Amino acid sequence: MDLNLTPEQDLIIGMVRRFVRDEIVPLEQNLDPDADELEDEDRLRLVAKTKEMGLYGLDIPPEYGGPDIDLVTRTLLAVEMSQHRAGLYAPCYGTFGGAGLAQLFEATEPQKEKYLYPTLRGEKRGFFGLSEPSGGSDPARAIQTKAVRDGDDWVINGGKLWISGADKADFGLVFARTDSDQGRNGVTCFIVDTDQPGFHVRRIVHTLRSAHYATELQFEDLRVSNDNILGQLNKGFAIANDRLTRQRIPYAAGCIGVAIKAQEMALEYVPQRETFGAPLSTRQSIQWMLVDNDIDIRQSLWITVEAASKAQQGESFRKEAAMAKLVATEAGGRVVDRCMQMFGGLGVAKDLPFERWYREMRIRRIGEGPSEVQRHVIARELLGASLR
Amino acid sequence: MGLRLDKPWLSSEQVLAKVRGQMGVYQFANEAGEVVYMSYAGGRSLGGLRGEISRSLTEQSDATQVRYEITTSYLSRYKELLMLHQADYGGLPTHHPSIRLGRLSPAGGTNGS
Ligand SMILES: Cc1cc2nc3c(=O)[nH]c(=O)nc-3n(C[C@H](O)[C@H](O)[C@H](O)COP(=O)(O)OP(=O)(O)OC[C@H]3O[C@@H](n4cnc5c(N)ncnc54)[C@H](O)[C@@H]3O)c2cc1C
Repeated sequence: MDLNLTPEQDLIIGMVRRFVRDEIVPLEQNLDPDADELEDEDRLRLVAKTKEMGLYGLDIPPEYGGPDIDLVTRTLLAVEMSQHRAGLYAPCYGTFGGAGLAQLFEATEPQKEKYLYPTLRGEKRGFFGLSEPSGGSDPARAIQTKAVRDGDDWVINGGKLWISGADKADFGLVFARTDSDQGRNGVTCFIVDTDQPGFHVRRIVHTLRSAHYATELQFEDLRVSNDNILGQLNKGFAIANDRLTRQRIPYAAGCIGVAIKAQEMALEYVPQRETFGAPLSTRQSIQWMLVDNDIDIRQSLWITVEAASKAQQGESFRKEAAMAKLVATEAGGRVVDRCMQMFGGLGVAKDLPFERWYREMRIRRIGEGPSEVQRHVIARELLGASLR
Repeated sequence: MGLRLDKPWLSSEQVLAKVRGQMGVYQFANEAGEVVYMSYAGGRSLGGLRGEISRSLTEQSDATQVRYEITTSYLSRYKELLMLHQADYGGLPTHHPSIRLGRLSPAGGTNGS
């Protein structure tokens, strides 16, 4: 196995690294430490640059106009893009564009016309509505939102919790129970327009993540056309599961990028900072924190790249993606925590990015499936039929 | 914490005697009790709420009452209060600069933003 970068990978990774260093980090000097958006003027200027670099819409498949970059390289780029203060939840403040909700690539042509293409053009936004107050770890059993057939429509009643971006969305994917006797085979995915009567964003859910907040939704007799079913009736859970598995790779990559940046800052700081007459870097307890960080980062990186490589080759990557998510989110938390310790008071001050990374990294062990659920997924893959 | 900001209104003298340098959100109202301005004291605000409120008071001449809430979730709370105001009154407070916001439709009626 060749672990070296190809010359092409080296080139584009270098471009993105310089972009983060020269364009993103300087802007953050003047933004609120919790900001997740740029001023329009800066955003448009930087979007023009990423387009010029040929890297805009990285995750858009080439047949839809994306730049045809393989998943391993995109994973390495995601590691680079998160190496700044807002990097975990707003990598490069969205200036590389996004692919929107990946499930829409499987939509019917009329659904693509109405939702996917406007999203790719940056004209529409969507949300992903799976979790409910009854639980997010095991949505197949927890979903209580119901959809009932009425002529050519479905009528949805219920609610969702923790949904990111729903207040600003034009549409969303809402998972609702359409057959109450069928467990995971009784959930359907609906594409819901947010301007329909009966769609309510009831409140913002305030968490450790102050800018990129979550919301609580309520559906009261919300009518959705039968044509707005995404995929097949009662097969929505497969759509949710596929999305969750794929999402685990860039999710892990973001944590690795932040850990790399935190470690880089610590490596620069400890030789300069003196206590008791000697630099911190001469103390074994400090050296061991740096060593443990380096090991944490390498483990996370290789496990995540392996998951990306398997996905790229069309092999099953469920176990590897769960491992990547588990290892990178937990390692990222440890690395940021150790770096804060090495920086002392400065580590917890808003002057530096560690305190934001520390708060946001904590969410990563819960969001997109908690660590325990990832272990459960891995155990099922290891034990296979014997567990069922 | 209620959905809407439900802290008592204070005069500018009262607020400046009381408020400290924490992070948080605040609202100004005019003589008629209408909310005319909202803002926040974030991680870079000089003097926190105290600094931001005293600076904003010099710019908002018709503000006669002030209320504030201390919170580290100042950005999400600030946007939530603006969206609530929009839902209750159909627009932003009189002196608020334009801002890209989402939509909230809170359960229950209007009880002042
Ligand atoms: C900021 C934020 C944003 C989010 N955005 C979205 C979004 O946009 N869309 C969306 O659909 N969801 C979203 N979520 C929801 C997220 O996916 C869920 O919070 C997560 O799946 C856990 O669900 P839960 O909070 O209901 O916890 P529960 O399911 O109640 O689980 C509670 C805890 O129990 C433990 N646990 C669970 N199962 C097991 C097990 N088998 N064995 C041992 N322990 C277990 C875990 O430690 C878990 O944290 C978001 C969450 C947050 C915090």
